[in-house]
Amino acid sequence: MPTAPLLPALLLALILFALGLVGVLVRRNFVFILMSIEIMLNATGLAFIVAASRWGQADGQVIFLFILTLAASEVALGLALILRIRHRLTTLDSDAANLLQG
Amino acid sequence: MTLAFYLAASIAVLSTVLVITCANGVHALLYLVVSLLAVALVFYTLGAAFAAALEVIVYAGAIVVLLVFLVMMLNLGDAAAIREAQWMTPKIWIGPSILSAILFVELAALLTSRNTGAPSLVVILPQDVGIALFGPYILCVELASILLLAALIGAYRLANTSRR
Repeated sequence: MPTAPLLPALLLALILFALGLVGVLVRRNFVFILMSIEIMLNATGLAFIVAASRWGQADGQVIFLFILTLAASEVALGLALILRIRHRLTTLDSDAANLLQG
Repeated sequence: MTLAFYLAASIAVLSTVLVITCANGVHALLYLVVSLLAVALVFYTLGAAFAAALEVIVYAGAIVVLLVFLVMMLNLGDAAAIREAQWMTPKIWIGPSILSAILFVELAALLTSRNTGAPSLVVILPQDVGIALFGPYILCVELASILLLAALIGAYRLANTSRR
């Protein structure tokens, strides 16, 4: 039964996740790393929504709600950590934070 | 419906590429908002209108506002005002505005056309999500509340720099 465009939607989720991963690996600014993590979480939620639409069950949307919760708490904690790092190192370069107990 | 899906998907990919290649934080945030709106429209074309609304409210609303706060807070300084004036030149807004306009036209076309969804497309109503959420997934809801509480306490503790 041809319900939703399953394969293109999953490909879109894959592309968005790969773009977020590239952003995490390439960018060295903490703000951009946080944004890329948000993009990756969003792509994961898209995959769950595609699955929910394919099988007509609500479970995928429930998992999407939990991913939203996770993303919100992650961005709050990441923001606080970035503020601390900026306060201590006076930079946003993630290569500068290379010392434990530094 | 298929055309709407592909249009929104290509806008999502394009704006996400622009997010991770932008050198400026505020410009990247503008494109990030466009990307999240495009993904919300993809949700709508997949028959998940509730998730699309949540995507706009939570992601494009709350999370991006937090990131905007972060970018603006970290750029305080003497040159910040000059830099901000440079950021907000009108040509910065052209790219995100065009993409958002395409999304808006697409949404209006979707809402005005009476055949919401292909006939074979299963539309999941918010009632189903709520029943599933507070039926078999009630333990996960409690765990999510604990996660949010932990994030609240952790963010308060980490951001409180006057303690030490």
